[in-house]
Amino acid sequence: MELTIRQAAIVKKLCWTLALSVVAVPFLFPFLWMISSAFKNANEIFGQPSLIPDVWRWRNFVEVFEYQPFARQYFNSIYIAVLVTGLTLILSSLAGYALARMRFAGAGLLMLFLLSALMVPEEVTIVPNFFLMKWLGAMDTHIPLVLLPVFGPHGVMATFLMRQYFVSLPKELEEAGKMDGLSRLGVWWKIALPMSRPALAAVAIITFLFSWNLFLEPLVFLSSIENFTLPLALSNFTDPYGSPLWHLQLAATSLAVVPILIVYLIAQRQIIESFAMSGVKG
Amino acid sequence: MTGHVRTGTTAPRAPWLTLRRREMFEGWLFVSPTLIGFLIFFLGPLIAIVIYSLSEWNLLSQQMTYIGTANYQDALTQNPDFWHVIRNSVIFAAGLVPLNMTLALALALALCRPGRGVVFFRTAFFAPVVTSAVAWAIVWKFLLQGEAGAVNQMLATVGINGPNWLREPDWAMVAVIATRVLKMVGLNMILYIAALQSIPRDYEDAARLEGAGNWQIFRMVTWPLLAPSTLIIMVITTIGSFKVFDHIYLMTGGGPENGTLVLAFYIYEQAFEFFNVGYASALAMIMFAIVLVLALVQIMLRQKGSA
Repeated sequence: MELTIRQAAIVKKLCWTLALSVVAVPFLFPFLWMISSAFKNANEIFGQPSLIPDVWRWRNFVEVFEYQPFARQYFNSIYIAVLVTGLTLILSSLAGYALARMRFAGAGLLMLFLLSALMVPEEVTIVPNFFLMKWLGAMDTHIPLVLLPVFGPHGVMATFLMRQYFVSLPKELEEAGKMDGLSRLGVWWKIALPMSRPALAAVAIITFLFSWNLFLEPLVFLSSIENFTLPLALSNFTDPYGSPLWHLQLAATSLAVVPILIVYLIAQRQIIESFAMSGVKG
Repeated sequence: MTGHVRTGTTAPRAPWLTLRRREMFEGWLFVSPTLIGFLIFFLGPLIAIVIYSLSEWNLLSQQMTYIGTANYQDALTQNPDFWHVIRNSVIFAAGLVPLNMTLALALALALCRPGRGVVFFRTAFFAPVVTSAVAWAIVWKFLLQGEAGAVNQMLATVGINGPNWLREPDWAMVAVIATRVLKMVGLNMILYIAALQSIPRDYEDAARLEGAGNWQIFRMVTWPLLAPSTLIIMVITTIGSFKVFDHIYLMTGGGPENGTLVLAFYIYEQAFEFFNVGYASALAMIMFAIVLVLALVQIMLRQKGSA
């Protein structure tokens, strides 16, 4: 049987799609399995594996909120991530703008100094920060979860991302703004920031997710259950002997992951680009 | 009367100087919030950790005594755990980095050109990157349980008797590496796609005119042009693999039999579970040194690449 070139191309394309679909299974299957298991009862979860639960147990989602103050923990994660994102946007764009546009003595040295932060993992500085926060009386509060990401390596990365973007912008508009009598702060706020929406969006996206997914800091600094953030709360659905209560844990994990996934599906292009920007620069 | 008339050429010196001084003042003002925070929460702690690492700190009596390099000696020559942990970290990196990069490059090559289904697959492979490491670890821990786990039940249907993944030291290492690759490979895929798209198509077309096949084009054209990106991605991935914490903490807790006890986890354990602050700080300094060497290699390679 001879294949025409067109047919051969179609067959080849089908083979590729099939191969990619097989590879995609371990990437997508965990999400499906997580959501389906979130509706199963404690017994069915270990029964014959099936993606569709025999009995849909909606009560899991009620029990998630009864087991620990999950709504409160959810709110903690949201407000901390919003605060971290807002602060990072303001501070990184201010500093990034100065590093890109202003000529001041020591700027080069400062850049080098800040750059060095990108080489130091949070795991290295967390021990002294623990004692610093203890001394400040900020243990078991959300203060370290806001301050450490904003001023740590992530904040520095955001600053550099902003700087790179400002450098790539044409100066003329800002010069015109200065002529019109705008102060430096005015030029930054009214001209530079509106022009750098793509960079600000990228910083906002990766910062929000960075804060939302943070685990080590909450683990080290928080002790009261009502102060927990989502990642810490998720790891906390265990019976008195420390074994996971899978049906609750997976229901809670679904509640934490699905909203992020929905936003991701809607804005996947923008989100993927944001990571590409930070990855190349960081 | 010689007023301060600002005409371009004959402008007096003084206002020019103040303008410059003003710019300098404003520049430092703009960076000051970032800089002050950086000094307090980053540089300060970095200096502190050097001091801690040279001290013995009893957390109960809150007393710090200078003991020189004893903590480092303890790690490097006394404590057998340390080399076991380093070995684990190296195995983790040696397993994760090649696997991650090969898969990332393969996926990027398959998905770098626009086409039907490309967006779907890109979105799928990148989805774990935006998912929290905690959620990913919880779900995989669930899937990889002994007999009841979905992975082993599926293996059983094709006649394979799967191991108790997270309870046997060697399999546990395999499992944490594989699931970490699945979590992070999307990021490297995106970086590779960006690198591939920046290669002008002319090169490929020219090679094809010369009669080169796909493999030859990849070997002779694409791969050499990707080299700078490959080096950067490799170093970023290697540093990331030395920092892995939450993934291990949730999937295995460093076990079984310390089979997945890696450096970042060991530091956490020593500092916050056993309160060996001095020893943990020395470990943190060693981790810093490892990351610094890797980062310096990256900078050197980057300079070599751009030259």
